[in-house]
Amino acid sequence: MNTDDLLPLAVAIPLLGAAVLAIAGRWLPRFGRDALATAWAAADVACLALLWARTSPDGRAVSWLGGWVPHDGHSVGIVLVADRLGSGLALVAAVLVLAVLCYAWRYFDEPSGEHGGMFPALLLLFEAGMCGFALTGDLFDAFVFFELMGAVAYAVTGYRIEDPRPLHGALAFGLVNSAAAYLSLLGIGLLYARTGELGLAQIGAALDERAAAGHGRDALVVVAFVLVLAGPLVKAATAPFHFWLPDAHAVAPSPVCMLLSGVMVELGVYGVARIHRIVFAGTGGLPDTVVRDTLLAAGVLTALIGGVMCWQQRHLKRMLAFSTVGHVGLFLIGSALLTPAGLAGAAVYVAGHAGAKAALFGLTGVLLDRYGSVDEHGLYGRARELRLPGLLFVLGGLALAGLPPLGTGLGKAITEEAAGHELGWLPAVFVLVSALTGGAVLRAGLRVFGGVGTPPTEHPEVAATTGEGEEPEIREPGRRLPAPMLLVPGLLLAGCLAIGVLPGVGRALAAGAAAFTDRADYLADVLGQPGRRQPGAPAAIVPKAWWTASGVALGLLSALLAAGLATAAVRRDPRRGTGGLYRATVLPLRRLHSGLLGDYVAWLTVGLALLLAAIGAQL
Amino acid sequence: MSVLPYLVAGWILLAGLYGLVTSRDLVQAVGCLAVAQSSTYVLLLAVGYRRDATAPVFSDLPPGSPVVDPVVQALALTDIVVGATVTALLLSLVIQLRKRHGTVDPEELTGLRG
Repeated sequence: MNTDDLLPLAVAIPLLGAAVLAIAGRWLPRFGRDALATAWAAADVACLALLWARTSPDGRAVSWLGGWVPHDGHSVGIVLVADRLGSGLALVAAVLVLAVLCYAWRYFDEPSGEHGGMFPALLLLFEAGMCGFALTGDLFDAFVFFELMGAVAYAVTGYRIEDPRPLHGALAFGLVNSAAAYLSLLGIGLLYARTGELGLAQIGAALDERAAAGHGRDALVVVAFVLVLAGPLVKAATAPFHFWLPDAHAVAPSPVCMLLSGVMVELGVYGVARIHRIVFAGTGGLPDTVVRDTLLAAGVLTALIGGVMCWQQRHLKRMLAFSTVGHVGLFLIGSALLTPAGLAGAAVYVAGHAGAKAALFGLTGVLLDRYGSVDEHGLYGRARELRLPGLLFVLGGLALAGLPPLGTGLGKAITEEAAGHELGWLPAVFVLVSALTGGAVLRAGLRVFGGVGTPPTEHPEVAATTGEGEEPEIREPGRRLPAPMLLVPGLLLAGCLAIGVLPGVGRALAAGAAAFTDRADYLADVLGQPGRRQPGAPAAIVPKAWWTASGVALGLLSALLAAGLATAAVRRDPRRGTGGLYRATVLPLRRLHSGLLGDYVAWLTVGLALLLAAIGAQL
Repeated sequence: MSVLPYLVAGWILLAGLYGLVTSRDLVQAVGCLAVAQSSTYVLLLAVGYRRDATAPVFSDLPPGSPVVDPVVQALALTDIVVGATVTALLLSLVIQLRKRHGTVDPEELTGLRG
């Protein structure tokens, strides 16, 4: 089999699996359904691992579906393109889906009969959407996969339909994301009107040709840029488009959260980077400096809001959701640098974060299973008997804080260094956000699993989501904790560690990042015109992606800061009020997260208008 | 080429978004999302329009006769399929919410904030 044939297969396997499970699930017993789903997910992992191994580090596999190859650079066919970053992200998604299916073996009391096998079928469908989005080389196809991934995500977020809160979260998620997807489609329509092409490479080449012919960038290109990126930016929960994320993640079933936070949100950042790099980074697009400054500002804002709001939460899933917002801001900073080094760092960071964050959500699922609550205050000291989960939880918190030699620490170190070359103060943002998000998890871990410090109290002046009185996701009181619910988080954390310890992973991702930024090479590969690259133009330089002394030092610093923050928080006198700074900055920020759908859509439009104004002002 | 269809598409989009922001009824909000989506149909069809051309079905047309762009029609069709799925799913969520929570007013859903 050719390497190129693996590309459609990577999307087709989970699609087919979803159909088979949805039909066969009616008759199969529970064990049969789970075994079938797991085998199917494992097959897709194998397919993507093979694809990853067979793609050369600086090259890509290209597959024209149905043999509709381009003629003279024009095409009506649909293309799938895999380079190391795209197939790597698809691989992360596939591995997480496999992990989640194993985790959920004994998780739900699933209905049998007509609805049997629906949950694993939906997860496989979700996987197809994510893999397709990571591998597509076509802008309209990206929209379709984006909506496939979205529609399934809304469905699995509201999977527990007995409880009103998941429905609320799923609705906010669905309305905001779909509205953004349609804005993206408007942008795609504008680009098609201008170029007559839908492929990323073809649009990029056509825009460049127009620029070469003297018809340069105009308002249409700028508007199309903002509109097309609306969808991925909302999916990536960039401030001020992030409001849906904590609401959806706080209420989705824990196995679903593992996927949403672990990889789906990161696909948004990937979409922004890919679309910008191939379509808009040429002479017919926008100047790099403008895009860099705008996206950097968005990334810093997102990271800070995520970090601060994460620290404020007592609902554990919501805390983890906000920590995802913070980290996605950091990934966005890494990819917004537009350098191979920044992108390589972001890629390593995403891979490590997927393991750590999925593990933390899995462990929160254990708490929900045992105590029917995810409230940090209500669970104070109650989980003392869960030694191993507590240990893993604390380890996950340290991973979020960027402790070397965990994979998140390595990713943070590389991204931080690349960002520091650009702007000297950016590493401070990395350290601060890592310390806040890691510190919040450590604080919760110390309180819930250790019963350390004084019992926490509330701040009655803010209406907050508490996480008390959650519907337990399993109704089988008194059973033993299923082994996969501990084993899977443990393995995920081991994977996070492996990324930081094995030098091969960082090296491969760095080479992939260099290939990702090599736009001319991508266009030549996809349009079937090898030799398009100027003979004198050098290939992109592969950045170093390994530990440095300053990286280790900053990682240790943020982990120490996180531990310090957590200790200070659990030891604090509960009667002490909150100061003026809190009232001036944090309180209004918390009030913005109102849970009202209209507000979120209003922020969506305001954010896009701001983005447009910011880019317009710089041109 | 007339600029009117593009202005119409923009107006429909704004009307849909305005409805989403101000709606006090979730069924209406899902409807407004569908309205916002219709702007994409208008835009796509406007992009592919050719004066004096006919539908791109060549069964009873001589080859070479002018037709409108079939690609945007395929896009609009795909868009409709996507929209139908999402709208149906969101409406079913609203129905379930009405059953469990007894309201379709987004302002009364206060379970998630801060």
